[in-house]
Amino acid sequence: MSLSIAITGAGGAGVISCGELLLQGWAREGGRGLLRKAFGPQIRGGESAALLKLTEHERYTAATSYDVLLALDWNNFSRFEDEIRLRPDSWIICEPDEDIPAAVLALEPRIARLPIAALAAQAHSDGRVNMIAVGVLGKLLGLSHTSLAGLAAQKLGHKPASYQQAATACIAEGQQYDLEITVDTPRREAGNRWYISGNQAAGLGALEAGVRFVAAYPITPASDVLEWMAGGLEKVGGNLVQAEDELAAINMTIGAAFGGVTAFTATSGPGLALMTESIGLAVASETPVTVFNVQRGGPSTGIPTKSEQSDLDIALHGLHGDAPHLVLAPLNIADCVYTTAWAVKLARHLQTPAIVLSDQFIGQSSAIVTEPRRCEVQLAAKRADDNDYLRYRLTEDGVSAVAAPGEPDRRFTADGLEHNEKGTPSASNADHQRQLDKRARKLTAFDYGSDWADLNGNGEVALLCFGSASAAVEEAAALLAQRGFTTRTIALRLLAPLPHDALHAALEGSSELVIVEQNHSAQLWRYLRGAMDFAQRLHSYAIAGPVPLSAELIAHYCEEVLAP
Amino acid sequence: MNDVITFKAKDYKSGVKPIWCPGCGHFSVFNAVTKAMAGLGMNKDDTVLVSGIGCSSRLPAYVDSYGFHGVHGRGLAIAQGLKVARPELTVIAMGGDGDGFSIGGNHFMHACRRNVDITYVVMDNEVYGMTKGQASPTTPMDWDHSKLTPHGPGVRPFKPAALALAAGAPWIARAYSGNPNQMAHLLAQAIEFPGFSFLHVLSQCITFCPQQTDWKAIVNERQDAALEDEDEAARLFLHEDGFQTGLLYQRQRPTWPPEAAPPNDPDLTGGFRL
Ligand SMILES: Cc1ncc(C[n+]2csc(CCOP(=O)(O)OP(=O)(O)O)c2C)c(N)n1
Ligand code: SF4
Repeated sequence: MSLSIAITGAGGAGVISCGELLLQGWAREGGRGLLRKAFGPQIRGGESAALLKLTEHERYTAATSYDVLLALDWNNFSRFEDEIRLRPDSWIICEPDEDIPAAVLALEPRIARLPIAALAAQAHSDGRVNMIAVGVLGKLLGLSHTSLAGLAAQKLGHKPASYQQAATACIAEGQQYDLEITVDTPRREAGNRWYISGNQAAGLGALEAGVRFVAAYPITPASDVLEWMAGGLEKVGGNLVQAEDELAAINMTIGAAFGGVTAFTATSGPGLALMTESIGLAVASETPVTVFNVQRGGPSTGIPTKSEQSDLDIALHGLHGDAPHLVLAPLNIADCVYTTAWAVKLARHLQTPAIVLSDQFIGQSSAIVTEPRRCEVQLAAKRADDNDYLRYRLTEDGVSAVAAPGEPDRRFTADGLEHNEKGTPSASNADHQRQLDKRARKLTAFDYGSDWADLNGNGEVALLCFGSASAAVEEAAALLAQRGFTTRTIALRLLAPLPHDALHAALEGSSELVIVEQNHSAQLWRYLRGAMDFAQRLHSYAIAGPVPLSAELIAHYCEEVLAP
Repeated sequence: MNDVITFKAKDYKSGVKPIWCPGCGHFSVFNAVTKAMAGLGMNKDDTVLVSGIGCSSRLPAYVDSYGFHGVHGRGLAIAQGLKVARPELTVIAMGGDGDGFSIGGNHFMHACRRNVDITYVVMDNEVYGMTKGQASPTTPMDWDHSKLTPHGPGVRPFKPAALALAAGAPWIARAYSGNPNQMAHLLAQAIEFPGFSFLHVLSQCITFCPQQTDWKAIVNERQDAALEDEDEAARLFLHEDGFQTGLLYQRQRPTWPPEAAPPNDPDLTGGFRL
């Protein structure tokens, strides 16, 4: 079972802090859960929502409806109407004298009135409503005062002592208030767990894989990757440059990587679009860089604060010319550690850019996760041992030995112009064909092992997706199993080069293939259909953001198309 | 006693044959670069030449050092990333006026401001040579030899030195392709200067702007010491004709990045553990 709680209020009212404290408090007592953060378009003074889903497992999907909604106020609640679905048995907690929006009342939910502002004022002269909410909801979840007050003090550690006193008093006030409602809470069990967001996990994976140079241009929802890495680099050594734009960011990354330092940048759709010319340069010059793209609603400025999987096309096909490169996608928050590290290592070994497709959903959500799996694969950069060094030497596996400035007798000029093995510019047909072949071969000849996808089951109906869609797909498969279907799921972590053979093998014995993705034009479906032949009947479930993928809707779609 | 090793410019040439038109000013920049490297006895393995795209940007491949020939306008960004990541290297960025002032203009401004310890050589021929003769940001308003702008660009050319100064460049000099010895001398100083050094080279494009051979009569070498005062330099750069050569402005400014504190904590995961 799961319990979903939405907390909404004006931006700045502290609903996100409220959600964080509750989830951390819940985790300390063995609970598991997800905190999704939803923001309106305004920067401050808009509205925000902390969307909690407490669960008994770590397959975190967004809640499709909410058991409890605590509204600190109702201003602009309509902005979240799509996302915060309520049911007649949902509990609404709100101020006694505030009008509940008609759309909410129409559902005839259960209503509990809570004098939030009055309680805050009564508890402390600096009392804040969000801490009353922490107290009230903490009590509902059975969390102890000591734990919540301790977490709040930790969070407010940098603020004057009066803030902490106010928070403690408000939490106590909220916990003492008798709201006369109860909810069923999910089972808890102790474990070695982390509280982490996907963006932090990506930064961690990158640094653990050896990234020591980051170039950054701020963009929602990727900035927190870069901000976390700024602090992380101070711990492990290395440099972060705030670049003047994404054109500079990618080229600084290329410069550092050329220098032999593992280099990384993070961005979102608009930034990725700006970087594509130079990602092509990294392909041609065989310079390893990792471009971590946290997808948001597009095109153009789109919906910057909401999630979508609509940059697959540009990640796969955005480069000009024939430009083979790596495209990977983390499957969930914890997997951001593994997949990002893997991407960095693959890029470094194969000397090509890797584009990693995360998204706002896993990037900006925080979750309680079992200590994330690490990428232990050792991939050493190939070094030359001969005196006759050729930077772009044609080798059987397509990988040439690297050299970085400072190494004696390895001097070469890296070039985006087509070149011969030495690196000297060449427009000859032979050099072009050979270098194109080599750059393609080094990616296709490499053995990526079993982590190209996460596979589950071996049923008739295959559900295939990439990246963050995997949790909803897993959940949909479970629903379908309950409804009499035998299923299997394939969640792609490696999108380019496409592991054709492995994918064929994984589909062996299935008769129906449903391709699930969160975008409007079925980008994955089109890609796969262009790339290989399928023996299965193909079905496309492609739904654009910003509303998260729903397992129930996926299952429903499958039932419809699979009906005999 | 140690043997005195003298380096020759030709030792720094890679042997790759330049694609330039005979008489192109970029040849003398190439000569000056190798001369400066020889004069300083620079270690080829520790030197990196980085460029964008254009006739001028071909230069790195002709020098026997490490090099990176990037994409149009972005050489400065590559160079800064490299230098920040590998501060012990000597990094020299270079390119044309189109590369550096038009498509790469933003990077130019910010490189001046950031003051990473690299040298930047712009071979300014007031034209896009590689794409066969279109106007650049430094082309005179009435230059009507391009089919793209048959009546002249009609836009005021901008003043690179003034822009560099306003953006914060601490070292600004100008050289002329007709005087490679002076250029080599200035380049050597630029390389040794701790900070972002901007060498603006008047480098004629014999093919699309043959009238630039007249520059010979106009260029004049600065006799005075370099200016240190920003106001005086601003007055000079805004009002000069752009043909004064020599070291024009020099001022010490802290370079970027500042010395970092040593890494303080190898444990990245502490903050996540519950
Ligand atoms: C993104 C991009 N746009 C346009 C071009 C075409 N292009 C190549 S070189 C060049 C201008 C070169 O002029 P300049 O930098 O002044 O150097 P010069 O050739 O005069 O030495 C242009 C526009 C390109 N290579 N890349
Ligand atoms: S076109 Fe002009 S700039 Fe290019 S090589 Fe010829 S003379 Fe030099």
